Amino acid sequence: MSRLEAYREIAPQGSVDFLFRMGGKIQGKKILHVNSTKLGGGVAEILRSLVPLLESVGLDAQWEVITGNEEFFSTTKAFHNALQGQAQKVSPAMLQNYLEVNRENAKRLSLKADFVIIHDPQPASLVESRPRNGKWIWRCHIDVSQPQRKVWDFLRQFIVKYDATIFSLPRFAQRLPIPQFLIYPSIDPLSDKNRELTAEEQRRILQRLHISLDKPILLQVSRFDRFKDPLGVVQAYRLVKRHHDLQLILAGGGATDDPEGEIVLGEVRQAAQDDPDIHVLLLPPDAHLEINALQRASTIVLQKSLREGFGLTVAEAMWKGKPVIGGFTGGITVQLVYGITGFTVNSVEGAAFRIHYLLDNPEVMAKMGQDAREFVRRNFLITRHLGDYLALMNYMAR
Amino acid sequence: MANRKAAHPFAFVGCWEIREMLGRSARDEQQLLEAIEEVPLDSIYYHTHSFLLRHKYIAGPYPNDFATWAAIQVRDRVLGEKLGILSPYDFGNLESMRAEIVTIISDHLSRLQVIPRVIYEEPFHFMQSRIIAAPTGLQAQTLSEFRQVLASVDDSVIYYHTFEAILRLGKPKGDFALWVEEQLGFPELGEKISNIDPYRISLESVRSRILNLCDGYLEEGGRKK
Repeated sequence: MSRLEAYREIAPQGSVDFLFRMGGKIQGKKILHVNSTKLGGGVAEILRSLVPLLESVGLDAQWEVITGNEEFFSTTKAFHNALQGQAQKVSPAMLQNYLEVNRENAKRLSLKADFVIIHDPQPASLVESRPRNGKWIWRCHIDVSQPQRKVWDFLRQFIVKYDATIFSLPRFAQRLPIPQFLIYPSIDPLSDKNRELTAEEQRRILQRLHISLDKPILLQVSRFDRFKDPLGVVQAYRLVKRHHDLQLILAGGGATDDPEGEIVLGEVRQAAQDDPDIHVLLLPPDAHLEINALQRASTIVLQKSLREGFGLTVAEAMWKGKPVIGGFTGGITVQLVYGITGFTVNSVEGAAFRIHYLLDNPEVMAKMGQDAREFVRRNFLITRHLGDYLALMNYMAR
Repeated sequence: MANRKAAHPFAFVGCWEIREMLGRSARDEQQLLEAIEEVPLDSIYYHTHSFLLRHKYIAGPYPNDFATWAAIQVRDRVLGEKLGILSPYDFGNLESMRAEIVTIISDHLSRLQVIPRVIYEEPFHFMQSRIIAAPTGLQAQTLSEFRQVLASVDDSVIYYHTFEAILRLGKPKGDFALWVEEQLGFPELGEKISNIDPYRISLESVRSRILNLCDGYLEEGGRKK
């Protein structure tokens, strides 16, 4: 059975058949994705689901990963930060190394394909070695709305050599002489992070995490990072706690390579230490089932970010039928239709007010959760993502 | 009547929209006006039509992006309401609709001392749509077959055969009405289908109204028989 068939009962009615039809129009074409890692991170997570689905509709889908030395990845990390607006020093030697590593990768990899999708800045200069045939598309997953000019100008010389770009939000678009397409990222409803859990599975996971269901749960899943505002979440919880007996779970990944993250985690732990109803959970990167179980056990999910790329944890919670309160930033604003699929807020007080409101109106919570799930079904599932790629390839093949 | 066969079957076509960003945005209503005057017609189409495809489940407060942005992001409800009442159905083509939008915004701005702008909210980002059509593989040769298939297809099929047919493909009656008239020889039914204003209702409502019209016609035909 085709892998896509497994999504027939989940995707909107009629869409799986239509995806097969769109795939049929470009059957046998080779599509090559290139990024910098097969493990960890949102891009790898999406490609792990997307590449087999592209194959299942009749395309020859491949996924290659570039390799590089330590200096290369330090440089690309600096690119990443600079493109998101942080001041970074990038020396000419670092740029030379970046170009050299990509030249070596171009020699090692087979870049012949009808469609080549290059993800993010790390492999961007591979376009220097593009073969005569094939359409090349640069897929940017990060917020480049206010980039450090020097780094953007360096990358721009390569980006204009592509046939098109893809960004995740309209405000990430740049002034470029090539077409810029909008494609939202997506979640896979059949992955461990999002699949249905049995009651027994969920019970065992929560028991292991020492979480009881005796009080309503507020949850935020995110790195311990100032931009995710975990301390603001604790403050909002405290404002609500005066009137509602509830518990707060802050669950996030480790902070091993991020000294700032360790400081934030310390501050959060300190803020939580006198309250047994605040649980700070440091989870490993592969704790997908744990996150799934926590989201399903929650009453309300928060993503009170001050700055965000797309924030797919919002869609994950919405898919599980949970009302979400998110910061008014980045992709959270396109996932949360105010008052219908969730609430966006701009302050601690705003978050607390909306938590109160939802707890006092359980029927609103239930309706919001249902609408949120349907909104995700239409807009943020991997099947929609597959359709966007198929439509784009059909368009570019004309 | 239910068994009258068309010489050419109706082939149901679905569509998928890809969104292209123009890299142009507006932070105030003057910038919005200037950009509306200059952007390609495909962008006017996107912002006044394809919200139906994008917001399949939850529609915006107004049936076009300009009105929604003015009302929600700029918090200028007056302009939002003035733009929100526009129906593309009342215009022969997109260029005349663009002219009307420009007139409404110019007129509105001429009465104000200060140009309304976004402060904390999102600027208006101009986009254009690229519609990719693909046959669903489903066909109908009789009215009852047509009714049966129409009831089950993805709503992008409704979009394609109404909005795309009317404005981009230059068939003012839409594909459904045209086929019923020309291939089945039912001009009254075709007329009734073409009189449905698709801009005021959802794709699902367009579907159910056509189905009701077909049911009524099939029933009436059965009685005559």
